[in-house]
Amino acid sequence: MNDSIQPVGGGGIHPVHAFLLAASVPLFLGGLFSDLAYSSSYEIQWTNFASWLIAGALVFAGLALAWAFIDLLRADRAWRGRPLVYFFLLLAAWILGFVNALVHAKDAWAKMPEALILSLIVSLLILGAAWLGFATLRRGDAR
Amino acid sequence: MRTPALLPLAALATLLSACGSESDPVRYGPNPTLPEQQRGLLPSMKIASPAGWGDLRPTVPEGYSITAIATDLKIPRQTIVLPNGDILVAEGRGGGAPKLTPKDIVAGPLKAKGNTAVESGNRLTLLRDANGDGTYELRTVFAENLNAPYGLALVDGRLYVANQDALVRFDYRDGQTRASGPPVTVTPLPSAINHHWTKALAASPDGRFLYVGIGSNSNITERGMAAEADRAVIWQIDAATGAHKTFATGLRNPTALAVQPGSGQLWAVVNERDELGPNLVPDYLTSIREGGFYGWPYSYWGKNVDPRVRPQDPQKVAAAIVPDYSLGSHVASLGLAFSMPAMGARFADGVFVGEHGSWNRIPPSGYRVIFVPFRGGRPAGDPIDFVSGFRGEDGNTRGRPVGVTVDPRGALIVADDLSNTIWRIAPTRAAS
Repeated sequence: MNDSIQPVGGGGIHPVHAFLLAASVPLFLGGLFSDLAYSSSYEIQWTNFASWLIAGALVFAGLALAWAFIDLLRADRAWRGRPLVYFFLLLAAWILGFVNALVHAKDAWAKMPEALILSLIVSLLILGAAWLGFATLRRGDAR
Repeated sequence: MRTPALLPLAALATLLSACGSESDPVRYGPNPTLPEQQRGLLPSMKIASPAGWGDLRPTVPEGYSITAIATDLKIPRQTIVLPNGDILVAEGRGGGAPKLTPKDIVAGPLKAKGNTAVESGNRLTLLRDANGDGTYELRTVFAENLNAPYGLALVDGRLYVANQDALVRFDYRDGQTRASGPPVTVTPLPSAINHHWTKALAASPDGRFLYVGIGSNSNITERGMAAEADRAVIWQIDAATGAHKTFATGLRNPTALAVQPGSGQLWAVVNERDELGPNLVPDYLTSIREGGFYGWPYSYWGKNVDPRVRPQDPQKVAAAIVPDYSLGSHVASLGLAFSMPAMGARFADGVFVGEHGSWNRIPPSGYRVIFVPFRGGRPAGDPIDFVSGFRGEDGNTRGRPVGVTVDPRGALIVADDLSNTIWRIAPTRAAS
């Protein structure tokens, strides 16, 4: 709305946006490791953990995604380059993460091996998104 | 669909959920069709949408009439007809298993919409028709402060009640309208978690033993194997001492037990597992063999392995017994009673089964009371609708049958835990 409220230097993601993005990373990773633990031990509590960790990750990643989208709308030259790739990586992580949450709602071993595979893919996507997001912050070239 | 805006969502839901085509599979009897296991990204769900009866009534066969002999009960589940013709109704709802996963939190309230919102009665109500005209003019509370009472049995002046956590006993004299005191505990029953909380009850013909059905603590072990100790079994309990032994195992949710007149054979209706497709897994009616293993959780309908269970157990699967008679998948049979000649010639030999109705099937199944004809002491032939119309053509559900009991005077007593009604179905003419 008004360029004067942009941080000095203009580029980079807002600290709260950064927090939301960062928070989703260990949650998705925790889901992956819990899936690994369940698949090797058959101990049901691990898959309960995975379900909750993924649900929590979706909350933070979803808010980060909304923020990234608004940033895209507000920036004049945003619809290209790194911010766009960041946005789509985050979007892919969230959509597959949501599918993964539904897969995790299957009873007991019915979720395997899809749950583990999806957790791995989503973890890679969120790592990529976080890398790009924070690289943008560091280099300040979001605009 | 009410609004076009919902159409894409509906299309998506159809895509996501396992869409079963009705290609005339055999649903009933000793050899049901067992299709491939299927489960979409979302389970198929069709939750009953409750509505009042108004002037409508359930449908009964020609030559029979149906009346509501008690209404506004507090979740009637099972009934028993006492020697003097009085009816006792067990009222209540148990369970309350903790919510462990996001799924529990999402699915719980959705499924609850298909049930009554009335509070659990935790009591026994007595109904009396003193002059035998079919009107039950006396209604009084026989006992209260019970814990989700379900199974009922009367043996030699002792009334046994299976609460969700214990088998208890009252002394009973003919004509009594109120319990003379608090019940005596015969034995505690497995009640940790209590995912399937109903405790079905039947007495052996000589009255020495009581059989209690104890359902599993999950759909298919999703609460862990440790939660399934002493679950999905039928206990045989010594009425005098309260000592028990496990009589049969692998019965996911044995919701009603009955002893066959004449042979003394124990029979059960069992609710099978969900989320394997619209025509898996058939709920069943079966005679119970002592020491028999009926599959849950490792396999269903005999030796069909359920891949959702880890660790698997091929030895148990190899020992699994095929049940006697399929009632159809997801029908949720909760009531079982052997008939008598007083019910009329067409329905003289066989069992009545109360079907509470499905949630995990499109189109829904159950929501009726069926009659399974017997010949030579075994099920023979397709089931016949005895009470239907609980799900109206408008898609609304007005009642959900639970317990069924045959009144020797010639009537079927049906507990309906959605409209909180006791229905009585009797031949309009004298039984021929």
